[in-house]
Amino acid sequence: MTAIPLWVRRPAGERVGWLRTVDHKEIGVLYIGMGVAFFAVGGLEALLLRAQLATPESRLVDPLTYDQAFTVHGVTMILLAIVPLLVGFANYLVPLMIGAPDVAYPRLNALSFWLSLVGGIILYFSFLAGGAPDTGWFSYAPLAERSFAPGPGVDYYILGLAVNGAGTIIGAINLTVTILLMRCPGMAISRVPLFVWMTLVTTILILGAYPALTAALVMLFVDRQLGGHFFDPAGGGQAVLWQHLFWFFGHPEVYIMVLPAMGMISEIIPVFSGKPIFGYRFVAGSSVAIAFLSFGVWAHHMFAVGLGEMENAIFSATSMLIAVPTGVKIFNWIATMVGGRIRLTTPMLFAIGFIAMFVIGGLSGVSLAVVPIDLAVTDSYYVVAHLHYVLFGGTMLGVFAGGYYWFPKMTGRLLDEGLGKLHFWATFAGFNLTFLPQHWLGAVGMPRRVFTYAASTGWGPLNLVSTIGAAILAVAMVIFAVNLVRSLRSGEVAGDDPWDAFTLEWATSSPPPPENFPVTPAVSGRRPLWDRKHPELRDPS
Amino acid sequence: MSETGFIPGERIPPALSVSLARSAKIGQDRTLLGVAVFIASESVFFLAIVLAYLAYRDAGLVTAKANLDVPRTAIFSVALFSSSATTALAARRASRGWLVATIALGTVFLVGQGSEYARLLASGIGPGRELFGTTFFTLTGLHGLHVLVGLVALFALLAAHIRRPSALRPVAFEAVGLYWHFVDAVWVVVFSVVYLGTLL
Repeated sequence: MTAIPLWVRRPAGERVGWLRTVDHKEIGVLYIGMGVAFFAVGGLEALLLRAQLATPESRLVDPLTYDQAFTVHGVTMILLAIVPLLVGFANYLVPLMIGAPDVAYPRLNALSFWLSLVGGIILYFSFLAGGAPDTGWFSYAPLAERSFAPGPGVDYYILGLAVNGAGTIIGAINLTVTILLMRCPGMAISRVPLFVWMTLVTTILILGAYPALTAALVMLFVDRQLGGHFFDPAGGGQAVLWQHLFWFFGHPEVYIMVLPAMGMISEIIPVFSGKPIFGYRFVAGSSVAIAFLSFGVWAHHMFAVGLGEMENAIFSATSMLIAVPTGVKIFNWIATMVGGRIRLTTPMLFAIGFIAMFVIGGLSGVSLAVVPIDLAVTDSYYVVAHLHYVLFGGTMLGVFAGGYYWFPKMTGRLLDEGLGKLHFWATFAGFNLTFLPQHWLGAVGMPRRVFTYAASTGWGPLNLVSTIGAAILAVAMVIFAVNLVRSLRSGEVAGDDPWDAFTLEWATSSPPPPENFPVTPAVSGRRPLWDRKHPELRDPS
Repeated sequence: MSETGFIPGERIPPALSVSLARSAKIGQDRTLLGVAVFIASESVFFLAIVLAYLAYRDAGLVTAKANLDVPRTAIFSVALFSSSATTALAARRASRGWLVATIALGTVFLVGQGSEYARLLASGIGPGRELFGTTFFTLTGLHGLHVLVGLVALFALLAAHIRRPSALRPVAFEAVGLYWHFVDAVWVVVFSVVYLGTLL
C-alpha cells in the first residue's frame, strides 16, 4: 500500500491541525465533512418521518417530535448540509481552477467555516435546552411568535441561522474577491471553468439574499425577546411581512443550492464526452439570467396568501420565465454529449441522473407556477415531491457526481467504480420510489407536515411505497459510506489526472501542495490542461 | 512553452478583467474590494429594515411626530456627517489627528443617540410600545451598532498606527474609511425616513 497524504501534500514533518488550518483545501474539506455529517443526521430525521408515515394512524412518534423532526430536517439539509457541501467544493476547487495559491483572505475563510459550524451546533443544542424548533423550516409568523411558540426552539433557530448565515456571507465575500482578483495570467473571466462561473453567480446570490434572512431573523428576535410587533397582527404588525422577507431570501437560496451543482456537471459532462462544453457563453450567461430573475419570483411561494390577482399573475409570469435560462442549460449539456465519446463512469452517471431528475423537478416547478394549480396543491405532498426532485434529484446527484470526480484530486485515490455504480443505481431507484408517489399523494390532497392520516383516505399504500424507497436510499448511502472508507484506505492510486481532464486543478499533484502550483500557471484558453496535453488540438483562443 | 508546460497567455490587465468594480482602485485591491462587497451585502440588510419601517410608517406617525426631537438629532447628525470628511482626510494623509477627530465625532453621535433613547424610554416608549417603538428602535439601534463597530475599527487602526506606523498599509485607512462612509450614508437614509419624515 502506498502512503499518500490526504487533502494537502505538505512537506514531510509539517503538520497543521484542523483547528488551526487556513489552507483553502483543508477548509474545503472541513466544509464538506460538516455537510456530510449533517446530511447523515438530516437523513436519519427523514427516515424517522418516513417510518411514521409508512402506515395510517401510526403512533410511532408523537406529533411534537414529528414537528421538530420535519423542521430540523429542512433546516439541516438546506443550510447545514447542501450549502456547506457546495461551499466546501468551491473552497477546495476555485483557487485550483483559476491558478491561485489560495483564496483572497485565508484567515477569514477559516472564520466563515467555524461560524457556519457553530450556527449548526446552536440549532442542535435546542434539543438539550428545552426543545427544538417545531415551526417548519420557513418558520412562518405568527406561529413563530412567542404567543404560539413559547419554547426556546425558535430562539435557537434565530441565533443558529443568523450565525450560520454570517459565516456563509463572509465566505461569499471571500470567494467573490478571489474569483475577481486572483486569477492567474491569461485566465480571463471568459475563460474560467464553468464551476467557477457558477460559484461567482452563487456568491452574488448569497450576498443579495442572506442579508434579507438576517433582517427577518432580527425582526423576529425583536418580536420574541423585546416585545416587538413586526409580525404580530394583534399589535398592528403583518405576519405576511415575514413571508416576503423570508422568501426574498428563500427563492434565491434554491439557486444558491442548485447553480454550483450545475457548475459541477458542466465540468464533468464535457470531460466524459471528450468534447468542450457546447455553448460556454450560454451556460455562463443563463446563470446570470437565473440569478437576476431569482430575485423577482419570491411571491410564487405565497400564491395562497391572497396577495391579489395582479401580484399573483406577475410572479407567475416571472417564475415561468426562469424556466427558460434553466432549459437553455439542459440543452447545452445534452448537446455536449451528442456525438461525443461518452465514458459512463460513476461521476458521469450521476451527472446524467442530475439532468433527468432535475428536468422532472423543473417541470413540476413550472406547473406550480400556474396559480390555479398551485392553489389546488399548495402545502401538499406535490410540493414536497417537487422540491426533493430539485434538491435531491438535482443538487445531491450533482454533489455525488462532483464527489466521485474530485475525490481523487483531494485524496490521491479513486473511489471504487463498482461500488460507485451500485451506489448510483440504488440511489436512483430509491429516490424515485420515495418521491415519485408523493406527486400522486399531493394531487389527491395529502397535506405536508401532518404527523399521520386516517386509513379511510386511502393514502396508505403509496406512503408505504415511499417509505420503502427511503429505506433503499438509506442502503445506498451506506454503500457510499463503505466506498468512502475503503477507498480512503486502499483505493486505486489516481495520479494527477485520472480522467484525462481539461482544467487546471488536474495540472497539479493529487492532493496538491500547500501553494497549489509550484510555479504560477499561465493559460491561453478555456481548457489549459487539454491544450498542454494535445497542443495540436488546441481550442482556438 | 514556459517552465510550467503551459503556453504563456497574454496578461489580462486587472482593470479590464474586473469590469464589475466601479473605481480602478477598489477593483484592484483585495482589501478594498472585500469591504465594498461587504457593504453591498449590508445595503440589502438595511434596505429590508428600512422597508419594514416604511411599511409601518403610517401606523406610527402620530407617536413619531409627538416624540421625536428633530432639531436636536439634526445637530448630532451633522457630527456624523462631518466625520465622513475627517475620515477622508485621515485616509489621504494617514493622519492620526484626523483619526482622533473622526472617533470624537462618531462618539458625539452615539452619545446623542443614547440621550434620545433615554428620553424616549423615560416617557414610556420602548421597542415593545406600538409599531413605532418596534420599528424605530430596531432601525436606529442596528445603525447605532454599526457605528459602534466602526468606532472599534477606528480605534484598532489608531492603536496600530501608534504602535508601528510603518507596518500599516495605507489601504487600511481607506478600508476603514469606506465602511465609515457607508455607516454615514445609511444615516442619511435613516435620518430622512425617520426624522425628516415626521415633518411631512
